Amino acid sequence: MKLALGPVLYYWDRDTMLSFYDEMADAPVDIIYLGETVCSRRHLLRLQDYLDMAERLAAAGKEVVISTQTLIESEYDVKTLRKIAENENFRVEANDMGAVRLLANKLPFVAGSTLNVFNPPTLDFLAGLGAARWVMPVEMSRESLVSILRNRQSGIETEVFAYGRLPLAFSARCFTARHHNLQKDDCQFKCLDYEDGLALKTREGQPFLTLNGIQTQSALVHNLIGELDTLQDAGIDVVRVSPQAHHTGEILRLFREGMEQRLTSAQALAQIEDLMPAASCNGYWHGKPGLDFIRNTR
Amino acid sequence: MQPKKLELVCPAGSLPALKTAVDNGADCVYMGFRDDTNARNFTGLNFAFDNAKEGVRYAHAKGKKVLLALNTYPQDEGWQRWTKAIDNAAELGMDAVILADPGLMQYAAKTHPDLRLHLSVQGSATNYEAINFYHEMFGIRRAVVPRVLALAQVEQLMAGTEVEIELFGFGGLCVMVEGRCALSSYATGDSPNTRGVCSPPKSVRWQETPKGLESRLNGILIDRYDADENAGYPTLCKGRFDVQGETYYAIEEPASLNTLELLPELMRMGIAAIKIEGRQRSPAYVEQVTKVWRQAIDNCQRDTGAFAVKPSWMAELGKVSEGQQQTLGAYYRPWK
Repeated sequence: MKLALGPVLYYWDRDTMLSFYDEMADAPVDIIYLGETVCSRRHLLRLQDYLDMAERLAAAGKEVVISTQTLIESEYDVKTLRKIAENENFRVEANDMGAVRLLANKLPFVAGSTLNVFNPPTLDFLAGLGAARWVMPVEMSRESLVSILRNRQSGIETEVFAYGRLPLAFSARCFTARHHNLQKDDCQFKCLDYEDGLALKTREGQPFLTLNGIQTQSALVHNLIGELDTLQDAGIDVVRVSPQAHHTGEILRLFREGMEQRLTSAQALAQIEDLMPAASCNGYWHGKPGLDFIRNTR
Repeated sequence: MQPKKLELVCPAGSLPALKTAVDNGADCVYMGFRDDTNARNFTGLNFAFDNAKEGVRYAHAKGKKVLLALNTYPQDEGWQRWTKAIDNAAELGMDAVILADPGLMQYAAKTHPDLRLHLSVQGSATNYEAINFYHEMFGIRRAVVPRVLALAQVEQLMAGTEVEIELFGFGGLCVMVEGRCALSSYATGDSPNTRGVCSPPKSVRWQETPKGLESRLNGILIDRYDADENAGYPTLCKGRFDVQGETYYAIEEPASLNTLELLPELMRMGIAAIKIEGRQRSPAYVEQVTKVWRQAIDNCQRDTGAFAVKPSWMAELGKVSEGQQQTLGAYYRPWK
């Protein structure tokens, strides 16, 4: 199994981003996904900045993939998408069917998790258009995944979102701006104030969701570090860690050690807990509500 | 110039609702089979094969169309259930099937080349590149666009595609991009994508407490009501939550989408159809909403320039709206 770092889902300032990826160039990770996938108003890094960063990371030996925005609303968004699709140096992760149209039958691409691949015919269809890898939907269970991999025709690689707050929903509305009584068009870039998103709790204080601009995430951190053996058995090729504001490098190191069996799943789970911004969940993998946590008893 | 004919597409959760819609002026009705092949998979709702047959007969006899929603994502373990539903749709003479899954579209296009395909809102196509993709690959003829675009963005999208566009005009409002929302499965295990349900009734609990009436979804407190407040169904994005010590509708108020006042604009733009949400609602709802929209569309079609929303229409629609509130949603840009 290979280890991947997902795109940064939050809005960090330019210097933070540059130093984060300087650190990642030396991190024990094989694949790095780069790009703004959440909101087109986030502009401190432009596409060219990402492409420059991609060059540096590729020079450091990483496989770099440029990720496209998930919700494409305006002609401006379509233009950006087209520029990404036309780049000839880096593989692209398509997070919308519009991106697939622009990438089909050109360079191999990655079919992102929001393309909703839930069955072998759809997977084989995308593989036929040139998808070399797919990322399973976050809400898919191990059992469903195994069934798909058993019945597919194509030899496409499979990636699983294995660590991080789950990207659960996308909206036209910006919930961070709404919290500040601002309209999205005049959001004053409030996302910059929340390096790991803005916590939403129930009225009795249970952490429930995380507001991240137009994206809604889980409050709990989806964490499959205790499931590396079941991921391996399921036939997963790539395990994805989603960046958080602190300790991402150490989390990657623990995943690497777990994958190389230098740590048992219990050891890895015990060590990662101190590095997490919230408690673990892993229900989806077990076919349960996503917020559940089930301990691996193997 | 005579504006293009705008179709009114009404919900049919049952045979009585279907007949009510047809009798009160729907141009099309849309329905689902009685299982997880459609995104309103609720107990007691939808059509068995013979019921569907009677529905199609009734609508066709009155010159109206029937669309079949097969708009969930087939799970591998039940793939044949979805392909069988496509075969049944063709056999029943459905005027179109509304699909979200590319694998299923491929099956439909190959097996039943004459069956008309519409792209479901669950397909999350918010731009013309995506819509053209489904058109080129599977020949879809119409796309239902998620309730996330401002009207100007819809117009931009339409400039880039030949595919007909259907918009939601009235009813329950998804604030998230349809097809890209897993909030329900995060809380309960079941979602529109995987099981055709959102905030499913089996996970709902109501509890009277000293602090007020509480609504819970799989144990998670969605809202709590004072004695003088109307309690609403605990759709999880429409609850009141705490963000930094402030309790409010952090995601969306319980309100219904109502775009009546946009009708002249929608006609000018050449929108092919207006969809009324609510297959889970009663025949009484269907009657009320269909009547008002039929009158409004006819008025607007007769004289677009003089069109004005009648207060009586708004009052009628207000009665059947969620929380008795109405909104233009994302069509009105400042809503975002």
